[in-house]
Amino acid sequence: MEATTSKGSLSEIAAARQQKQPGSNALGVGLEARGVHAWFGEKHALANVSLDFWPGTVTALIGPSGCGKSTFLRTLNRMHEFIPTAAMAGEVLLNGEDIYAAGVDVTKIRLKVGMVFQKPNPFPSMTIAENVLAGLKLAQLKIENKDDLLEECLERAGLWAEVKDRLNTHGGALSGGQQQRLCIARALAVRPQVLLMDEPCSALDPGSTLRIEETISQLSSSVTIVIVTHNMQQAARVSDYTAFFLSDGGPGQMIEVGSTNDIFSRPKDERTENYVTGRFG
Amino acid sequence: MSTVEKVAAPKPRKPWAATPIDRSKTAGIILAAALVSFAVVAITPMKGKLAYAAIFFTAYIIIDFVVSYQKAGRPAAVDSLFRGLVTTAIAIAVTPIVSILVTVWVRGHKGLHWTLFTKDMHSNSFTDPVGQGGLLHAIIGTFLLVIVAMVISVPIGILTALYLTEIRGRFTRPIEFLVQAMSGVPSIVAGLFIYAAILIPFTKTVNGIQGSLALAILMIPTVARTSQEVLKLIPSDLREAGVALGGTQFRSVALVVVPAARSGLITAMILGVARVAGETAPILLLTGGSGTKNYNVFSGSLGSLPNYVWQAFSAGTPESITRAWAGILVLLIIVVILFTAARVLGNRKVGKK
Amino acid sequence: MTSTMTQMPAAVPEKREITTKPRLTDRIFRGVVTSGGLSSLVILGLILIFLLFNGYNTLKTQGIHFLTSSNWQAVTNDAGKFDPKASHFGIAAMLIGTMVVALIAVVVGVPISVGAAIYLTFYAPDFIKKVMVSAIDLMAAFPSVLFGLWGFFVLESSGEYWAKLLNKYFSWIPIFKLPAPYVTRSPFIAGLVLAVMIIPIVTSISREIFSQTPLDRMQAAYALGGTRFAMLRAVAFPYARSGIVGGVMLGLGRAMGETVAVYTVLNIVYQVNWHILFSAGGNVASMILLKFGEASPDEIKALMAAGLVLFILTLIVNSLANVIVSRTGKSGR
Repeated sequence: MEATTSKGSLSEIAAARQQKQPGSNALGVGLEARGVHAWFGEKHALANVSLDFWPGTVTALIGPSGCGKSTFLRTLNRMHEFIPTAAMAGEVLLNGEDIYAAGVDVTKIRLKVGMVFQKPNPFPSMTIAENVLAGLKLAQLKIENKDDLLEECLERAGLWAEVKDRLNTHGGALSGGQQQRLCIARALAVRPQVLLMDEPCSALDPGSTLRIEETISQLSSSVTIVIVTHNMQQAARVSDYTAFFLSDGGPGQMIEVGSTNDIFSRPKDERTENYVTGRFG
Repeated sequence: MSTVEKVAAPKPRKPWAATPIDRSKTAGIILAAALVSFAVVAITPMKGKLAYAAIFFTAYIIIDFVVSYQKAGRPAAVDSLFRGLVTTAIAIAVTPIVSILVTVWVRGHKGLHWTLFTKDMHSNSFTDPVGQGGLLHAIIGTFLLVIVAMVISVPIGILTALYLTEIRGRFTRPIEFLVQAMSGVPSIVAGLFIYAAILIPFTKTVNGIQGSLALAILMIPTVARTSQEVLKLIPSDLREAGVALGGTQFRSVALVVVPAARSGLITAMILGVARVAGETAPILLLTGGSGTKNYNVFSGSLGSLPNYVWQAFSAGTPESITRAWAGILVLLIIVVILFTAARVLGNRKVGKK
Repeated sequence: MTSTMTQMPAAVPEKREITTKPRLTDRIFRGVVTSGGLSSLVILGLILIFLLFNGYNTLKTQGIHFLTSSNWQAVTNDAGKFDPKASHFGIAAMLIGTMVVALIAVVVGVPISVGAAIYLTFYAPDFIKKVMVSAIDLMAAFPSVLFGLWGFFVLESSGEYWAKLLNKYFSWIPIFKLPAPYVTRSPFIAGLVLAVMIIPIVTSISREIFSQTPLDRMQAAYALGGTRFAMLRAVAFPYARSGIVGGVMLGLGRAMGETVAVYTVLNIVYQVNWHILFSAGGNVASMILLKFGEASPDEIKALMAAGLVLFILTLIVNSLANVIVSRTGKSGR
């Protein structure tokens, strides 16, 4: 059994990594999943997923509905455990340390591994400025220069120009796409190392989707991004690596991972090929 | 063709759950707080169970705050503080319930004896020793009052609910509003109303049915609201199926929707009864409190459990007060039975939270 | 081969009116149900009418003094006939007493209820939640005379103790002063009993509201690294705020109209009393009950007027409350 199939060939990964060195600011692998399983009560939803997320890269998780992509994503920032019947196995290492180890402060993990959700969810009781800085307030982090941080995050999220004159108004008047960028800015304000995105564009129109994809490309130099998407074209546009998930009625498994180019043009597994060529899913 | 390694599935764990170490830390804090409370009570002039409890909770909250601060900084400490506060709140909220139930049993069971259910009070006074006389008349009275109140309020309540869920005409918002408003009518006002509308102009004396009318006013909102909730839960496919088969709305509602909601509607009835079985004020105004069994709801004063308790309490002697507690015990048992029945029925058909 | 599009008609046709003539059965059905539904309107209207009708003379004779004076005296002239001009009926003392006791109930009961609701919604393990919710709902069904007796026999002794304590350390605050050393059966204790009585309502409504907090915003708060309290502050409290206010007002309305429990626990004295620890007070409802037994028919009319005032007062509070509660969840703010 070739060790290459579940992680992609080492040479490819090394080559891709070399392309991405500029801008990556963490030594070694930032986030690693090792043999992650997930259960909901009796139901085994995810089996044996091992995946590395290199700093400065964008990794897309693709696959048909219900194969565990979102579940896997939520094991990476310990949101999976909010479901009362949830259980897991395996390890998730952030900078070499298991985030599920005993005594770990889960709120600190979530500061380093942020998340943007499918449906934009800014806090309606707060102004735009307050929304962006909400993470700091929630974690009671002191920050020297709030205005600079505000501008920086909104700029990185691609929203600054549109809202700089109305930072103190409530976010209710923003369009869906703008709200999602606000959520991205909010997630960035706590300076995460990794940003998880769970189908961030599926509730948005194509115009907003493109704007956000641009944002993702720009962000990737400073934040590792993992994005779950149903949209294969999006995965091809935006990501450096792609992992294909599939469930054959049992638990979801990661079938293949590799550079995006390879997955879409030269997939090694027949099931991957069937999916990316549109034969199912 | 590549295959993914098949590994034997490991055991599912919950690494986030409380470990034995966490639990023993919590136990330690509880112990420390208990010690502090004993110490403070011994030293200062504060006394009583309440003092112990108050100091225990305060000490627990403070210690927990400090420990969390050491472990994980300010946000965690504030989180622990808040957790302590809401836990204290639920403890305070639940304490009266326990206290009341215990008190009723302790003070009331002394007054329990078989004759309670076989005799009335026509030949005894409340100050007589506890084994004499009984509350048969009161049980009969309460039973009659409640039945008549049900006959009046249940149809009106269910019709109101049907209007709100099935017809939903232009009166829907006003009627919903009015039903809510009616649920806030004080019981004495309902009593005054019937007094003014029926007693003064017509009957000029006490009788049972007046009391029932006042009770019906207090019951209608409960029946209407609970029925409405139950009917809302019936999926609209059922109604559509009834009408699609060519039936009138009447048939669809009467033969399909109402039977489907049957247990819920019974629940609504029972809850309404539980609500009014113990009402005292209107009865004092309208029904009097005879000590003799009276089966005639239309004439003559009618005893009732709340009235019995009231008279016994007002008499003021230790014997009469024991009677009062015994009467309350009987009333409470009835209420608990009704409530449990409503719960059981309510959970059978629809899953309620 | 391409198909040609058919030309759009020159004008859009008029909409056809779809009428269903309901069958006779249905017309009767709808009629019956609608009348049933309107019954609450009828009943409330009748209450208003009858109380007004009976109380009108009193209100007319007494004028605004009915609400502002604290004198209750039915005067009969030498022939034994009721003299409306010489009689004084004023419920100010009892109105103030109603508010005092109801406010104590709210100040004590609301934090407990809201705290309990938060615990049950966000902290309680499943089993504890079920048990406690059942217990609290059961308490809502307890007869008020039970609370009265319990308050009188059980709460009095602890209440007395805490009242003395409050007086000892806090008597620099005017309401805690004691004009004379009598602390049993005070508005304070009545307020405590009422607080216990409103706990089920306020907790239940608060719980319902909190349980509808939007899940996605809760998750967003956690994903940002917030603790549970931080999440509550950012998401749950802003969401539930107006609904909780409504629930509080419903509790207030209940406390204002409570009759028997207050009657049992409070030493009813016909005088304005702001010193809540002092053994004197009353509310309109218990006053009506007290005076009803020995009232002459004319005095009863005055009591009807008092009932009218109470009715209108509780109606306003409850209506406001319901309007506020029903607005939560619409704007989500």
